[in-house]
Amino acid sequence: MNILVLLIPVALLLGLIGLGAFFWALRSGQFDDLDGAAHRILMDDEEPKE
Amino acid sequence: MSHEAVISDAHAAYVRRISDNMAEVDLLVPDMHCAGCMQKIERGFAATIAVDSARVNLGNKRVHVRFYSSRSTLEGLIERLSDIGFEATPFSAEMAGSQHDKAARSLLLAMAVAGFAAANIMLFSMSSWFGFDMQGETRTLFHWISAIIATLAIAYAGRPFFRSAFAAIRVGTMNMDVPISLAVLLSLFSSMYEASVGSSHVYFDAGVMLLFFLLIGRYLDQLMRAKAGQAAGNLLALQAVPATVIDEGGSHHVMPAEQVEPGAAVMVATGMRVPVDGSIIEGNSEIDSSLVTGETMPEAVGVGDKVFAGTLNIAAPIKVQATSGGDKTLLAEIVRLMEAAEQGRGKFVRIADRLARAYAPAVHLLAAFAFAGTWWWLGDAHEGLIRAIAVLIITCPCALGLAVPVVQVVASGRLLRGGIFVKSGDALERMAKVDSMVFDKTGTLTLGRMTLENAEDISEHDMALAAALGRSSNHPLSLAVAGALPCEGLPEFDQINERPGEGLIGTRMGAEYKLGKREFVGVDCPDAAVGPELWLVEPGREPVQFIFSDALRPDVAETLKQLSNMGIKLHLLSGDRISVVAEVAETLGLSHWQGEVQPQDKIAYIEALKADGQTVAMIGDGLNDAPALRAAAVSMSPSSAADVTQTAADFVFQGDKLTPVVETLHVSRRTHGLVIGNFGLALGYNIIAVPLAVLGFVTPLIAAIAMSASSLVVSLNAMRLRFDGSK
Repeated sequence: MNILVLLIPVALLLGLIGLGAFFWALRSGQFDDLDGAAHRILMDDEEPKE
Repeated sequence: MSHEAVISDAHAAYVRRISDNMAEVDLLVPDMHCAGCMQKIERGFAATIAVDSARVNLGNKRVHVRFYSSRSTLEGLIERLSDIGFEATPFSAEMAGSQHDKAARSLLLAMAVAGFAAANIMLFSMSSWFGFDMQGETRTLFHWISAIIATLAIAYAGRPFFRSAFAAIRVGTMNMDVPISLAVLLSLFSSMYEASVGSSHVYFDAGVMLLFFLLIGRYLDQLMRAKAGQAAGNLLALQAVPATVIDEGGSHHVMPAEQVEPGAAVMVATGMRVPVDGSIIEGNSEIDSSLVTGETMPEAVGVGDKVFAGTLNIAAPIKVQATSGGDKTLLAEIVRLMEAAEQGRGKFVRIADRLARAYAPAVHLLAAFAFAGTWWWLGDAHEGLIRAIAVLIITCPCALGLAVPVVQVVASGRLLRGGIFVKSGDALERMAKVDSMVFDKTGTLTLGRMTLENAEDISEHDMALAAALGRSSNHPLSLAVAGALPCEGLPEFDQINERPGEGLIGTRMGAEYKLGKREFVGVDCPDAAVGPELWLVEPGREPVQFIFSDALRPDVAETLKQLSNMGIKLHLLSGDRISVVAEVAETLGLSHWQGEVQPQDKIAYIEALKADGQTVAMIGDGLNDAPALRAAAVSMSPSSAADVTQTAADFVFQGDKLTPVVETLHVSRRTHGLVIGNFGLALGYNIIAVPLAVLGFVTPLIAAIAMSASSLVVSLNAMRLRFDGSK
């Protein structure tokens, strides 16, 4: 059962990383425009330079 | 003060300075819809050296621009956008009074924390529920880890509830947040006590999960309000028409219309809205006041005539002297009527609030009863406390908290896909009760713009000539002629001149062509005009007549029939001439109608219907309809309506069709049904679960399952609206 000492912190840490990533995404404005992102994928890249 | 200084003064509220030569601004662009628009705007700005970066937000139709203030001004940016083909208005959240975004974001953060905590505590709870061979010490360790996570999560995610509960208690009232806070805190503290004595029943997961589900409901509700607030804020920003004031020295200053002093001379360019009430001191033009008075045809005006704020100058530039502002402007009068009508509307109590008033005290009584009863019956205060907590957790309005917001979000999502914006959260509830509808005529039942009636009588050659001439003017009749043909392949004119209020003169290969009024082109034809008309004269040929009318929306008859089949009584009120209104009423088979009505009369009419015990919906588009929209229980307006009117309406619909009215009514009624159904489900679940909790049969496992199951059922029930009867 000693493995729990390692596994519990690892489980919590993984969860916290997820939470942290969500916080970061929210703070950096990734959830501000929910409609635009769906359209942005359709936009072409910049014209290649000649 | 220099020219630039005046401009930057007028717009200082919109522009945020980041450094000495960098500034940021948000521009509202109502016309962007798709990837193409986004790309055009972003590329267009990227090609400008003054702009550092530009990012489009399609969700709220705003562009965030960061620019070098030394190289461009706000006006420069707006001009750049209009070169690309988009109208823009500077926007500032503070000025539009929208604080919703922040609240929604902090709720989302709280929800994320609660979700994270609930999932991790569940990890430990599961293993202690199903790990039958688990040793006592391991279980205690798991309980304490859960306790730490739960304490932190509740301290962070519970704040919205604690704050509101505390505020309610301080003024001696009850709200839904009081039992919620009690249940969460009691479950936390008692579970800590249980953990410290090594007992096997702890409620850490239940307390946090409760918060998680309730926060989902709160967030959805907030999202709905934020959307409604955003729509209103966008409309308010559009209302801010800049005024070009000319001072004594002859130089021009751009400033917000509110800052124009009485007596100042204001320049109104062709195609612009008149920013202030005033009288014309220079120039002749035509004024389109359809949004203000409901009158379809533009009016010719000259020096000395009065013009009103909000009307559109369509023919030629004019100079206007602002008359005394204050409460004498037409707009102020309309706003005053609107406020008066609003007070008569009475306070609508949302269905969830009505329920909460009865629910919260009942829950507290039940929990107290469970505690006292068990203590007295079994002589065990500890067991009593556990049962009281179980009652509080089981009855906690998880499903109730989700019952309304989930349905409303699904409903407004469905309406949005049909081009209908829901502007206030409780509008759907009010719409469901409607049994009478009052329609305005111009712009509501009709399209509010001229269409060509006798296109089949006109030869292709004449049509092309008229369209080519008409393209150069903003007059509604010219636009109607030009709109009848595609832009390509039209004959070219060397020169076209517009005579305001009369017509157009074009020269082509030395010949002079005229398009305009019968007096202007010199037709001497005996038959009187039946409606608005234009004449085209080509040298050496017979004059050609173009007849116009304000066409009904294509599906009016069908829509009105559907509405009356749904049990709605229909009324028509219009500011237009009685003869015109009578004709429309007869065509559509409407028996209740009135013509030549003033804004006050519309309010009186609606009040009379209300006194008769009816719930009235008003559908209108003119500025003159705005007070009536507020007086009615619920209101709709087309997106072509005056800005003030759209702000006053609860629903705004797009497009040339009237069917959105039927769709809105249908969805509102379905929403109401589903909300009631959801309450039924949530209460039914309580009726089964509460006795079990009082009798002490509810273990933490059962509480967790019951709570998630009821929330899921309620959400799934709401999803039915998405698919039902959609076309």
